[in-house]
Amino acid sequence: MIANRDRGLAIARRGQLIAALGLVLLAGVYVLAQRFTPTEVNQGLAQKIFYLHVPAAWTSLLVFSIVGITSALYLWLRDERLDLFAASSAEVGVVFSIIMLTTGPLWAKPIWGTWWQWDARLTLTLFLFFLFVGYLSLRAAVPDPGERARFSAVVAILGFLLVPFVHLSVYLFRTIHPMPVVLKPSAPSLPDSMLRTLLIAFAVDLVLYIGFVTARYGLGLVAHARAAELEARPDA
Amino acid sequence: MVNPLRATLALAARDIRAELRSRTALTSALVFAALVLVVFNFARDPTRLGAADLAPSALWITFAFGAMTTLNRGFAIEKEHGALDLLRLAPMPREAIYGGKLLANLAFVFVVEAVALPLFVLFFNRPVWHILAPVLLVTALATIGFVAVGTLLSAMAVRTRFAELMLPLLLLPFMLPPVIGGVQVTARLFADRPLSEVSGWLRLLAVYDVVFVTVSVLIFPAVADE
Repeated sequence: MIANRDRGLAIARRGQLIAALGLVLLAGVYVLAQRFTPTEVNQGLAQKIFYLHVPAAWTSLLVFSIVGITSALYLWLRDERLDLFAASSAEVGVVFSIIMLTTGPLWAKPIWGTWWQWDARLTLTLFLFFLFVGYLSLRAAVPDPGERARFSAVVAILGFLLVPFVHLSVYLFRTIHPMPVVLKPSAPSLPDSMLRTLLIAFAVDLVLYIGFVTARYGLGLVAHARAAELEARPDA
Repeated sequence: MVNPLRATLALAARDIRAELRSRTALTSALVFAALVLVVFNFARDPTRLGAADLAPSALWITFAFGAMTTLNRGFAIEKEHGALDLLRLAPMPREAIYGGKLLANLAFVFVVEAVALPLFVLFFNRPVWHILAPVLLVTALATIGFVAVGTLLSAMAVRTRFAELMLPLLLLPFMLPPVIGGVQVTARLFADRPLSEVSGWLRLLAVYDVVFVTVSVLIFPAVADE
């Protein structure tokens, strides 16, 4: 028993408020990217999608790591809340990886001349998506809650370990993705104005992630409480 | 407590004995592998793509799919007869259950590959005698990796709804690095490239095996717990 219904609902409501704030801020990011950030010389307007695509990609990777780490912690501490948090994060992670996987091809068509390329980072992020979906499908297919938590934690940890191997093997295969402009050993090669917009967009994505996860976690608590209630009923 | 290594070997021997008596799973997997090779030969435009160009891909997809069909069986038979509960009661570490299944699965998959390889040579007209040692090496390295993960995943998949669908869904992403490595190495070996050119891939496959065998052994008790 990890929660009562009212506490779950209160947490869910707080999450919805944060998510709403995140959506308003996201509208602000669009204005900032369109009106107050210089247009890139070579790529023109197509480059604007960068401020949506890259933060979504960073967030997916971050969420993926969070799911892996909380799953490992769950196997160690066996606290149901960690399992619920990992599951909520994975659901939100799917949303961010879908944003990343749809905005990428939209940019790639005018710039690379093709929707899709089997490039190292593209393949890697596609696999993040597959692993998220596999994780959630497994959760949906295991009826017993204890087993569900342990099984999905195992899959999350294996997936976490798989990612470097996918990256390395596809990298050895061939790559054409733009090289990193921010997270690299030397200083960022992005103009300050663009870097600022990018980092603001990333911060907004994090607000959205926190909002969605909090809402989903609160609803998960409600579901837990409801299940416990049904079990405790004398006529059950 | 029984010696874990002896328990592992005893469990693997028991699985192999049981399979040799019925031979149902192994026979179906062998026929399945042969069918994949045949379908592959026709799944191309013969005027534009020669069978030789497709050969390494055909070989590795056959290995991967052939392995997948044999993997579900290991834990499925334990579930059917409630034997997993009895195994859990036995005075031996949980890791031995995984070790036994891993060894038995490796034996089955190696048998499937040992039959698929000559069939491949026959159907695709690609002799492997002169490169047999490196081909066997890369096959062993790639197979150990995905069978290690597959054995662990199948222990979970058999206890879900839609077990037959769940294993491929979870396992295919883990087959990507071994299959890419296998195809790259065999393609270069067929092109008579020196072994030094593929040593990077062989090392990557070896690291994959070490990581996933170790992690699977360590994490298996979490799957088998009650």
